[in-house]
Amino acid sequence: MIRKTAVATALTGLLACCSAWAQDIGIDQRIDDAIRPAADAVAGFVFSSFPVAGVQIPFVLVWLIVAATIFTFYFRFINLRAFRHGFQLVRGDYNDPHAAGEVTHFQALATALSGTVGLGNIAGVAVAVSLGGPGATFWMILAGLLGMSSKFTECTLGVKYRNEYEDGTVSGGPMYYLAKGLAERGPGFARLGKVLAVLFAIFCIGGSFGGGNMFQANQSFSQVVNVTGGEASWMADKGWLFGLVIAVAVGLVIIGGIRGIARVTSKVVPFMAVIYVTAGLVIILGNLAAVPGAILSIVTGAFSPAGIAGGVVGVLFQGFRRAAFSNEAGVGSAAIAHSAVRTSRPVTEGIVALYEPFVDTVVVCTITALVIIITGSWDPSVDPSAGVQLTSDAFESAISWFPWILTLAVVLFAYSTMISWSYYGLKCWTFLFGESRVADFTYKVLFLFFVVVGSSMQLGSVIEFSDAMIFAMAFPNLLGCYFLLPVVKRELNAYWDDYKQGRLPKFS
Amino acid sequence: MSVVFLVGVDCSACGERALDYAAERAKARDGRLVVAHIIEWSPYSFNTPQDNEERHRRREEEIRSARAEIIDPITQRLRAEGVEAEGVVRHGHAADTLAALAEECGATNIVVGHHGMSRLRARVFGSVASTLVQIADRPVTVVP
Repeated sequence: MIRKTAVATALTGLLACCSAWAQDIGIDQRIDDAIRPAADAVAGFVFSSFPVAGVQIPFVLVWLIVAATIFTFYFRFINLRAFRHGFQLVRGDYNDPHAAGEVTHFQALATALSGTVGLGNIAGVAVAVSLGGPGATFWMILAGLLGMSSKFTECTLGVKYRNEYEDGTVSGGPMYYLAKGLAERGPGFARLGKVLAVLFAIFCIGGSFGGGNMFQANQSFSQVVNVTGGEASWMADKGWLFGLVIAVAVGLVIIGGIRGIARVTSKVVPFMAVIYVTAGLVIILGNLAAVPGAILSIVTGAFSPAGIAGGVVGVLFQGFRRAAFSNEAGVGSAAIAHSAVRTSRPVTEGIVALYEPFVDTVVVCTITALVIIITGSWDPSVDPSAGVQLTSDAFESAISWFPWILTLAVVLFAYSTMISWSYYGLKCWTFLFGESRVADFTYKVLFLFFVVVGSSMQLGSVIEFSDAMIFAMAFPNLLGCYFLLPVVKRELNAYWDDYKQGRLPKFS
Repeated sequence: MSVVFLVGVDCSACGERALDYAAERAKARDGRLVVAHIIEWSPYSFNTPQDNEERHRRREEEIRSARAEIIDPITQRLRAEGVEAEGVVRHGHAADTLAALAEECGATNIVVGHHGMSRLRARVFGSVASTLVQIADRPVTVVP
């Protein structure tokens, strides 16, 4: 009861201060003006870049791709060789019936996926194809395939070094494996591990306010405006109002503890994903004649792009960047969600996690890209901030009423991604500040505040800030992963031997 | 080898007749009863991260309360009547789990009640009793 009252008070407070602002004209502009310098500064730092073939390549992107490639070779193409076994694990062939009622591999994967499948797959792909041409799709797929190895590494570590508390709850993620895993290697490493864990937690909190929150609010608002009449829409200058509604909906779940809403959403979201993929496939199959041409343009565009700034390097950059933002491989966020699984072999969850970048990037992003290319909706001169609108137009050109469905999908994806990220951020917050009701509540109120901020800001500054914070997480996370690679290798070899020798108990 | 009757129960008050039926048979044939309660659960559900974090604890709670509120009163009553009885609580799909459990405990016969759903309801939502009859590899007795 006290909680409910607290929620009501907090939300009313938020509402009151927002409506006070709203009396000023151009409130959206004010919020944007206030946040932009900070957003730009953060983005400038994280995306420190060096020129390659005339294109500024951010170091962080090289960092992600190099790690994914090294992990792929180090684990001898785990992304390919464990693919079939991963499916068996997800299907539950190895689920012990006596552990029925615990978190299964499928559930851990589904939860992690609902945090990643979202606007990155819809808006991000449109940006990549617009700026990089069809060829960006090729690099996006490649980045997705390599990213599978990064996910494997971080999710295995997430389960291995999670905390299991006496009351039966579990907490895991990079902050725990960085701190505990490196500590095993000696006192010097212990200090490094602690620093990395704290850095990761700080960036993750930032990411939970940025890409996991403001970007989602911003893009779903832009789609709502778009579908209700664009510039002329009544909603056009009411980003704060939209943000407020979403903030209340998120608040009801994360502060109010109204589980019912989260449960309904978690059932509707996969359904929307299926509708989205099906609609994409319908458009692709309906234009079967255009598919070979589209695939050709993806392949030729990847190596000899025409009219793209920076040539091959520019295309590669766009593809890799949007793939990384969409599947978050190497960022470490998914390790938090995956670590709740019930298993005695951490490697199994790593193998299951291979499917995350695969579904997210190789399947869903590719479908979006194909629809955009086939319908000819990409246009190199288009404003990159058009994001989700571009995808919406692409679908509309084939199925006239689809933007309405897409709007619903976008809002629901955004909502479920926000719920997931609020959890990731909260885990990092309590890692830094300890578990207390005050700490918990403070974080959640801040989170809701940023929902409103996000839907009020211009896309440019939101995208920069979101990208920056999420990519920043990859620095401490992957650095720690390099040191922990031998640990993962040991686990993998022991497990793979058991698997190959048929020593794993199989139940169906 | 003694005769084992596996009885599925929903709650302590319902399934009375199935239970009485099985108890009578067990007495007559000097057999024993395994009383099972299945908590409906699917390995393929979509959960929030918060749900997953607390899952292990909730499962223990679910099992504890099912034992205390459903299974223990029944087995105590049966034992007082002089029937050898043991209780089991499992998570899963009711029919599948009962069928698997029957094999595990070497049951001679599975005994369940049914809810008396309308035909349409049973069609749409499925009925544990009719599914069990289809999938079980041993005799199933449905007590109305």
